[in-house]
Amino acid sequence: MAGHAAVMEAPTGFIRKYIFSIDHKVIGIQYLLLALFAVFLGMVLSAFMRLRLAWPEEKWPLLQQIFPQGFAGGPMTPEFYLAMMTMHGTIMVFFVLTTAPLSGFGNYFLPIQVGARDMAFPILNMLSFWITFVAMAVMVMALFATGGAPIAGWTSYAPLSALGQVAGPGLGAGQTLWIVSIAIFCVASLLTSLNFLTTTLNLRARGMSLLRMPLTVWAWFTTAMLALLAFPVLLAGGILLLLDRVGGTSFFIPGGLVVSDQLIPHQGGSPLLWQHLFWFFGHPEVYIAILPGMGVTSHILSTFARKPVFAYKAMVGAIFAIGFISYIVWGHHMFMSGMSPFSSMAFSITTLAVGVPSAIKTFNWLATLWGGQIRFTSSMLYALGFVSLFVSGGVTGMLLAQPAVDVALHDTYFVVAHFHIIMGVAAIFGIFAGLHFWFPKMFGRMMDERLGKIHFWITIAGVYAIFMPMHYLGVAGALRRYAQLTEFDFLRPMQPLHQFITVAAFVTIAAQLIFVFNFFYSMFKGKRAGANPWEATTLEWIIPSPPPHDNFGPIEPVVNHGPYEYSVPGAAKDHIMQTAPAEEARR
Amino acid sequence: MPAATIPATGDLLRPGAGGPGAGDGSFGGDGDGGRRPSPRARQTHRLGIWLGLASVTMLFLGLTSAFIVREKLGGEWAEFAMPPLLVVNTLVLLASSAALERSKRALAGIVPSGARPAVSGVEVPPAYNTWLLAAVALGLLFLVGQAVAWQQLSARGIYLSTNPHSSFFYTLTGMHGLHLLGGLVALGYLTAWRGRLPLLALRRRTEATAIYWHFMDGLWVYLLLLLFVWK
Repeated sequence: MAGHAAVMEAPTGFIRKYIFSIDHKVIGIQYLLLALFAVFLGMVLSAFMRLRLAWPEEKWPLLQQIFPQGFAGGPMTPEFYLAMMTMHGTIMVFFVLTTAPLSGFGNYFLPIQVGARDMAFPILNMLSFWITFVAMAVMVMALFATGGAPIAGWTSYAPLSALGQVAGPGLGAGQTLWIVSIAIFCVASLLTSLNFLTTTLNLRARGMSLLRMPLTVWAWFTTAMLALLAFPVLLAGGILLLLDRVGGTSFFIPGGLVVSDQLIPHQGGSPLLWQHLFWFFGHPEVYIAILPGMGVTSHILSTFARKPVFAYKAMVGAIFAIGFISYIVWGHHMFMSGMSPFSSMAFSITTLAVGVPSAIKTFNWLATLWGGQIRFTSSMLYALGFVSLFVSGGVTGMLLAQPAVDVALHDTYFVVAHFHIIMGVAAIFGIFAGLHFWFPKMFGRMMDERLGKIHFWITIAGVYAIFMPMHYLGVAGALRRYAQLTEFDFLRPMQPLHQFITVAAFVTIAAQLIFVFNFFYSMFKGKRAGANPWEATTLEWIIPSPPPHDNFGPIEPVVNHGPYEYSVPGAAKDHIMQTAPAEEARR
Repeated sequence: MPAATIPATGDLLRPGAGGPGAGDGSFGGDGDGGRRPSPRARQTHRLGIWLGLASVTMLFLGLTSAFIVREKLGGEWAEFAMPPLLVVNTLVLLASSAALERSKRALAGIVPSGARPAVSGVEVPPAYNTWLLAAVALGLLFLVGQAVAWQQLSARGIYLSTNPHSSFFYTLTGMHGLHLLGGLVALGYLTAWRGRLPLLALRRRTEATAIYWHFMDGLWVYLLLLLFVWK
């Protein structure tokens, strides 16, 4: 087909093929590698935090040599701890949890799963990756800024974040770089979400009606909608914050503020305003991190239980409901910040309402598994791990949604446990599930199943060992954001628990090397994968592994079936490809 | 399967034929290789630009909410009178929009000859050129006018940090100006590439740019109302 070859000629030069590529598959892998770098960086930063929390007064001569300022006098300084905390949160939330599940897997698989040859706007797609890359580079620069990395937390609450160097180390150049990086990231996320939405709405293959789209596509679509409308609000806040820092304005800085024994010459701003703008973005952001994991989990549970997703339409509705509700719950982050009880009650009710679609999803996952012929692949284990973590992390959300309970628990480790389990670890398990599932498609080789399973079991035991005890710490009143808890008499007896968590964290971090080894080893030496090693039904499995530049080659996919036709009674095989002839189901 | 039946999906893929940032996936739709032009390529451009504008809307809604909250806090909020020059600037921007609309319509009348649309550059109608250049000139004039208005205000001693109202004035007009600058880049692209683009591609891009440009008009009027009329 000569005309076809002319349409989708693959680039041959190294730079056009691997660096400034406009192929959505290459861009997807670029995003995943960026996220892989970011997750390890973020993990190392958390290791520093754990070190300080477990042994606050211990001296570390070796570390003192590497970071003379951060370990001035021997033990880690509180400022260094806060810098680690800020950068850990920021890097994980933006450059891992937003980047990998949405931009990484979404870029690679959304076009293929809807039957398109690329994204709607490939050049914008390339730009979105490189803009993200610049944002990451600026954020890494913040780590090395004069005065140190910012210490205002990933939420960068004003006025602390708005005052500059006077408020503390890291709040000068470091904090400015932080804001600039986030602003750049906002632009990249606009380009990504615009592409996802347009591609899903306009480039579907013939027969790919909306209700034949895999749940992964629904999840990415909804997530893109959240990103499209949430990030600009963060950008608005970021611009105002930057102007407060460099332009002398007083958007967030109140009058009469005395910091470091100096009267701040600003007046009349509202710190609460920053919190509203930030959390209006911040809460949808939580779902930006978790929704793709839900899509991937539904997809994988169905594939390895050899059953259709239970109540597909309800699943689609639940994704939308969660996405919609995420816009009207941001106030629950601010019960402690001064809010009228009436507003608190409204936000509490909307927050509790998230439990309904979440429960719909959870029960549908269980119903999908019920009576299935389950294949316990490593990918399936991660997906099951996702369900487990989603439930354990979600249940505590229902407690925290109640203002009266939240007031007691908000600034404690209870919240740390809650958001790490649901937003951090569950989303990471979604990434692991997706990676083990799609690895053969992306690289043409299988990941090692045994290593995958060993990694899974150590990781799931590890993360529960890390985060479960934090609930007790929180209920006992251990304060988060503090570099040292041994200064409180009532918390000193809890110190062994902190040490236990730290040891568990180090073991879990070490276990990630198994994954890294498996990932890179399998890429070159893994068993060769066929087109459809998992006997799955969606469009990515009808094409070779790895797929050609134009995804479908000369064929133009025509979709005749829903995405999850497993074990259809009377069918010849236990799964019907989406592109199979229409009558195959009845044969 | 004959090539002609490849639906629009294939259309949107031809990579790389356009300038950066122009949202270019959709070259194939202009009918190379005997394929039909795709009605979806036009939709895709329109959808893309509207989604982008939804995002822009959220940005300015965020700023608006900050404006309203800050105003209600009162304090040293001191509103200055609108510089008269802004009225002139508004008229200039509206004229620019009208010119672009004329330019866009100059393309609407042309039907590609034969069953297939032109593949290579078309003779662009003179009206398109005239009105496009008028739109660019007026757009630039607006930005110059805005800069002069800033100058006048600072001469009166009203700076970014003088009071909350002036802070919002400079922030909102500055953000609007930046967005307009992006629109000017798109107009510049159309000006530079108008002779080399296939007709349908030129039409699609002009249309998308016009949507964005008109939106910036509306946004400007909204910002004026917010800053100087809304109480």
